[in-house]
Amino acid sequence: MSDGPAMRDVPVPGVMGEPDARGWFGSFGGRFVPEALVPACMSLEQAFRAAWSDPGFKDRYHALLRDYAGRPTPLTECHRLSAELGVRVLLKREDLAHTGSHKVNNVIGQGLLTLEMGKRRIIAETGAGQHGVATATAAALFGLECVVYMGEVDMARQELNVFRMRLLGAEVRAVRSGSATLKDAVNEALRDWVATVEGTHYCIGSVMGPHPYPWMVRELQSIVGREAHQQCLDLTGGPPDWVVACVGGGSNAAGTFSGFAHTSAQLVGVEAAGGAAMGPRGVPGVLHGMRSYLLQDEVGQILEAQSISAGLDYPGIGPEHAHLAEVGRARYERATDDEVLEAFQLLSRTEGIIPALEPAHALAWLARAARSGEVPQGATVLVTMSGRGDKDVDQVMRRLQAGAGTSPPGAGQ
Amino acid sequence: MTGLAVEPALRAARAQGRKLLVTYVMGGVRPDWPALAAAMCEAGADALEVGLPFSDPMMDGPTIQRASVAALGRGTTPGSVLAELQRADLPVPLVAMTYFNLVVRAGTKRFASELAAAGVKGAIVPDLPLEESGEWEADAQAAGVETVLLAAPVTPGQRLAEICRRSHGFVYGVNLMGVTGEREGLAASSGALARRLKALTDKPVVMGFGISGPAQAVAAAAEPDGVVVASALMRAALDGAPVAEVGAQVKAIRQALDRG
Repeated sequence: MSDGPAMRDVPVPGVMGEPDARGWFGSFGGRFVPEALVPACMSLEQAFRAAWSDPGFKDRYHALLRDYAGRPTPLTECHRLSAELGVRVLLKREDLAHTGSHKVNNVIGQGLLTLEMGKRRIIAETGAGQHGVATATAAALFGLECVVYMGEVDMARQELNVFRMRLLGAEVRAVRSGSATLKDAVNEALRDWVATVEGTHYCIGSVMGPHPYPWMVRELQSIVGREAHQQCLDLTGGPPDWVVACVGGGSNAAGTFSGFAHTSAQLVGVEAAGGAAMGPRGVPGVLHGMRSYLLQDEVGQILEAQSISAGLDYPGIGPEHAHLAEVGRARYERATDDEVLEAFQLLSRTEGIIPALEPAHALAWLARAARSGEVPQGATVLVTMSGRGDKDVDQVMRRLQAGAGTSPPGAGQ
Repeated sequence: MTGLAVEPALRAARAQGRKLLVTYVMGGVRPDWPALAAAMCEAGADALEVGLPFSDPMMDGPTIQRASVAALGRGTTPGSVLAELQRADLPVPLVAMTYFNLVVRAGTKRFASELAAAGVKGAIVPDLPLEESGEWEADAQAAGVETVLLAAPVTPGQRLAEICRRSHGFVYGVNLMGVTGEREGLAASSGALARRLKALTDKPVVMGFGISGPAQAVAAAAEPDGVVVASALMRAALDGAPVAEVGAQVKAIRQALDRG
């Protein structure tokens, strides 16, 4: 399955391999979709399986990642941040990929797959707008019609990304149902897909949804972990002691972890405290085609995630992450909005890198864990910088002007 | 009360040469919803589909979404709907319609036994396809709850046969590729799917999605044994139509079906 150098040198059976035939990772995953979508999910699985073992497809995918998306992205050693935290911090720079985040890896793969399947229309959901922008970009590149569903609340938070998508030729449809955020955008995209499935591919942006999406998106993002693993070897002679990534649905974390699951590195996913499916309010359930941990009430109504980061405001988590926690291969932590704002400024000030609010969660946890000694002094830590912060600067400015320490979550948005 | 089994009642009605009419009410859509349900029965519904509202109804169009929001806004829970249904003591078989997370949250066994205890002897869970429904089907059957499975226009032959084999109560044919809601005319895919289903099974075949009025109902019921009407009734309910008006809506469809 995996190509490239230095992969799977110490395989851990059952960890970050293929899910079972029904799409389960341990007791999570599956394919919980209406009958109308079952044939489409099956065809997609077949098409991806064929493409992913076809050297021609992989060549086209990797050539586009190189020539169009700017891969490989660098590994940056953060000397000043390391001095401040007392741990050696390495950043995997997905913020330097085309479109400004790791999302491009996934949409180039799914865009190529859309062409393979002979479909001419692509739809997507988006939260912060990064996946929407990436999908609109791929649609422009491949000449596909593109519709992006985005919660009305998120459209207000991320005006600039809405304009970007429109500039790229996509239609952005406002979603007003439910909490008008990411989960509702997924519902609306699924409703579109049920009606248009014959000619439309639903380009899910994270390692979530019905089988084969969690597996397929992780595979398309595994380039992040594969590159980072090799870069760590080249720089330090071995894997890092810790690998940290933010988790909404969890695609940058899944892609990163897949490069290190076979190593001795400790894997940490960091959720937004207000949207932590793996936190105390998360309970296993079924939503958006998968069984995983979900924020829900005592009868099973889905609760709204709420954090400073639209990209992490999702009440669930990719099923493979639930599985990695279940088997103890990864752990899932949380960062609060205030910690995130602090980390956002810390990285900007010490390294000249303005992070997106999403990876600022990973940094926020690291800052706390390094100061508390949970991550011991001198440890080497890889953090996936999943996206750049340009889209968030305006929101952070307003939030900081309002006085972050005293304002409630969501204020200043 | 113990509740009426779905399939025997529908088979008996069919045997009388009657086209089956299944009507939908969202539990808790408004305070007098049990009266809406009773009026539907009185107007000639053969079975009642009762929605248990869910926060994320991805198979539903705008009207049923609005009905869900209205019901949840009133504090409706599966338990409150079942308690009110039990009190309403309706004269037709009842089929709960909801999404799988509410079932999972309660636990499949407990959910099935709570339905049965409230006299609800059928269940439709649209986001639970064949591959994942085994555990639910077994627990439902053990509790005496008939699991109604949905078939779609794109369902290939072998799956269609499996759906017909495993569906109980009736087989629910989805007229079109899309979500619930009123449509102009009748989807071309409706008759074709109904014919395929009728060729595969002797169980009652009922078609739904996009059927809102008498003429559409008659057209849609030509091949199968009957039809489901939902969104048109819930739109009236949401717009504040008196109970009698919703009853009259159902009666008009009933009479049209009886005239053929």
